[in-house]
Amino acid sequence: MYVAVKGGETAILNSYKLLEEQRRGDPSLPELSVDQIRHQLKLSVDRVMTEGSVYDPQLAALAIKQASGDLVEAIFLLRAYRATLPRLGNTRAIDTSRMQLMRRISATFKDLPGGQVLGPTYDYTQRLLDFTLLANAQTGNSHPSHSSEKTLESHEQESAPRVIDLLNQENLIETFECPKDDPSPKDLTREPLRFPADRATRLQNIARGDEGFLLAMAYSTQRGYSHSHPFVGEVRLGEVAIEIEPEELGFAISIGDIEITECEMVNQFAGSKTEPPKFTRGYGLAFGHSERKAMAMSLVDRALRAEELGETIESPAQMQEFVLSHSDSLEASGFVQHLKLPHYVDFQSELELVRKMRANQLGADAGDSLDNESQGSS
Amino acid sequence: MIDSQTMQAQDTAPEVNFAYLDERTKRMIRRAILKAVAIPGYQVPFGSREMPLPYGWGTGGIQVTASVIGPTDTLKVIDQGSDDTVNAVNIRRFFERTAGVNTTTRTHEATLIQTRHRIPEKPLVEGQIIVFQVPVPEPMQRLEPRETETRTLHGLAEYGLMHVKLYEDIARYGHIATTYDYPVLVNHRYIMSPSPNPKFDNPKMHMNPALQLFGAGREKRIYAVPPYTAVESLAFEDYPFEIQKWNTVCAQCGSTESFLDEIITDDTGGRMHVCSDSDYCQSRVDLQSEKKS
Repeated sequence: MYVAVKGGETAILNSYKLLEEQRRGDPSLPELSVDQIRHQLKLSVDRVMTEGSVYDPQLAALAIKQASGDLVEAIFLLRAYRATLPRLGNTRAIDTSRMQLMRRISATFKDLPGGQVLGPTYDYTQRLLDFTLLANAQTGNSHPSHSSEKTLESHEQESAPRVIDLLNQENLIETFECPKDDPSPKDLTREPLRFPADRATRLQNIARGDEGFLLAMAYSTQRGYSHSHPFVGEVRLGEVAIEIEPEELGFAISIGDIEITECEMVNQFAGSKTEPPKFTRGYGLAFGHSERKAMAMSLVDRALRAEELGETIESPAQMQEFVLSHSDSLEASGFVQHLKLPHYVDFQSELELVRKMRANQLGADAGDSLDNESQGSS
Repeated sequence: MIDSQTMQAQDTAPEVNFAYLDERTKRMIRRAILKAVAIPGYQVPFGSREMPLPYGWGTGGIQVTASVIGPTDTLKVIDQGSDDTVNAVNIRRFFERTAGVNTTTRTHEATLIQTRHRIPEKPLVEGQIIVFQVPVPEPMQRLEPRETETRTLHGLAEYGLMHVKLYEDIARYGHIATTYDYPVLVNHRYIMSPSPNPKFDNPKMHMNPALQLFGAGREKRIYAVPPYTAVESLAFEDYPFEIQKWNTVCAQCGSTESFLDEIITDDTGGRMHVCSDSDYCQSRVDLQSEKKS
């Protein structure tokens, strides 16, 4: 005899235990510390901070540990943590032309004020598995030499104006003057996304958006789905000061530095009846070292400006509702995976309907000899 | 056995506000609820928060519940009609941990009921609140995915799209082929998704004495049906609305009036039907054994 399924609570508690064992892995091996993750899995930490919308490498590393390395799950943990944090104030807009650069490259000019700084990158590594890492040893050049540190420092001294500003001297690129009373951008974590969304809101959405999704969207614009002739004006990685201006103080004070990756994409624009042809811009910004994310973001940002620039909207990457409604990994992952939850009732309804429809069809085909098969249970 | 440390870590509520959400967030959600009650069936956008449970697990319902629950409330949580499915258990534990309220499985004892996909068989009464978890608040989303468009259609009460869809069902199948999430017209004005309840439950929404609140966390919408509001399932004069019927009874309590889940009992086609509403079924079984003894 059927007994109603009981014991969900015990099952849940048991699953916590199994999960804990799975996370810990072989107990004879030393446990990973949060500091090790923070310092040795930096790029994971940076992605989790970016999409988790919290600049805190320690908490991001903790989330990665707790999530057994599942970055989307780690992002979820960090987001849930930040949801109830109080908002103490707004910072001033960061000034990336005053960044302490660790890396800065431009694909549009061979040389430029401030120079090209390769910095840390996988771009020119030859992707051969390094078996010395497997053997638990250090690679030959794991200690940065003094000379490379010096090069970096000398670049830090030199000012590095943004490529966009250089182009702007000839009026070849669109500019956005920041209005004096620039309204604070809407906080998407406090207010729901509404359409049509302005650019600040869109950028906020894709800054938090899933890297894989944005990468695919950006890629689609390079394969004929809304081509925008992109050039990397520059990608820069470095530290920038965060400043707040407390009302009672009347001037800005620095509260610390954060590491960011910024991408300015330069795109062609044919011009319109009122505008001479000029270059347009797409913008990407991410916490830490997240170049793929920042570049994809800048391409998607540019594609989403189609309406503003009078371009025909015909590709997914140009459609606000398509991109912005599906960019969030929490929303996407949650809704896709909720299919695991019980759907007995809905399925029962469909079962009943399919049986009824089949019975009707069989009835139409074969007259009255249908009852046995279809009426057994419905 | 379960490692006691793991259990403790998971069972001790962290230092959080009553019912998890901070008071400012609750106020924001309550304002959205008030607006929703004032305009029955209208989807009110709200600043949905990222909850410690995933989107799709009932974050909208949880936020609504967290905003209306008080220390003296008695909470019942069901999923697919049952109090014992893992998701229902998990959400109930969430409120036990964060709000410390009394919980119950008995429909009549609850002041607040959070549900996914069902309305209890036992009729609700005045003073009760039922909170629905809603995955897709927009009833026309599958016909028109752009929210900017559907918003306009609601504004103009232009519901031709939905009626054509139902008509096409009749033309193709001879009847309306929607069995759950069957669209309703609320207060003669807004078309509303009843959340994916089976259409069996639609008539229960009509003139219900309880307050019905709907929370969609991922889609960031709240809507409501105030007590004693007309809720009409869409239909045509010559194709009236019908609910599911079974030509069998519940194998446990013998009910002929409840929504039945089909259970497969072996691999040779054996199956049985039992009530989806576990509390309703259990109460009937208890009553029958009392009568016998």
